[in-house]
Amino acid sequence: MAQVMDILIAALLVTGGIFALIGSAGLLKLRDGMQRLHAPTKGTTVGVGTALIASSLHQWQLGAGLSLQEILIVLFLFITAPLTALFLSKVYLHSIADRSTLPPTGRDVPWATFDTADEPDQPVLPRRQND
Amino acid sequence: MILTYALSFAFGCFGLSILLNLVRLLRGPAPADRILAVDTMVVNVVALIVLYGIATGNPIHFEAAILFAMTGFLSTVALSKYLLRGDIIE
Repeated sequence: MAQVMDILIAALLVTGGIFALIGSAGLLKLRDGMQRLHAPTKGTTVGVGTALIASSLHQWQLGAGLSLQEILIVLFLFITAPLTALFLSKVYLHSIADRSTLPPTGRDVPWATFDTADEPDQPVLPRRQND
Repeated sequence: MILTYALSFAFGCFGLSILLNLVRLLRGPAPADRILAVDTMVVNVVALIVLYGIATGNPIHFEAAILFAMTGFLSTVALSKYLLRGDIIE
């Protein structure tokens, strides 16, 4: 049983290391700013997640119970990684000099972060028909 | 035994990742690239702290890891906000 647990933890650690390496290599290798955003937000997050799960299993194996701190760190990282990516993609979009090089949105409004049209004071709420 | 080798491999991978991020941090043409490099470095350092916790069998380092993760997220958001708006809290 301890052997199986050891192999499981080792597999998780190796997977995490490979994923983190892929994420950082992509950050170095990809050409464009928006492309570079892809690799770390997915690869590195999965890499650190598997390393943390391995740590949690290791604590369990040592007899200290399934520790909740690692789960907390995993949750925190998985919640904050998309937020970081959103903010950084907005920074990238606003640093592009020529906005006509952006892909079209397919509608007659521009990309949401460039849409400077005034919002109405009162939002149009859906109402029930038979009032 | 297998755990020792896997741990050494993971240490090497995460250390190499931090080196690659450092290259991007020094080269990065846009400010956003540098912020992204620092953010990825923070995540990798969190992983290194956790691996050190596995190697020593001591769970005291996880508080440091969670503090590091929080500080990294907040600094990334603050820097992005500054670049977007020219101000952090308006």
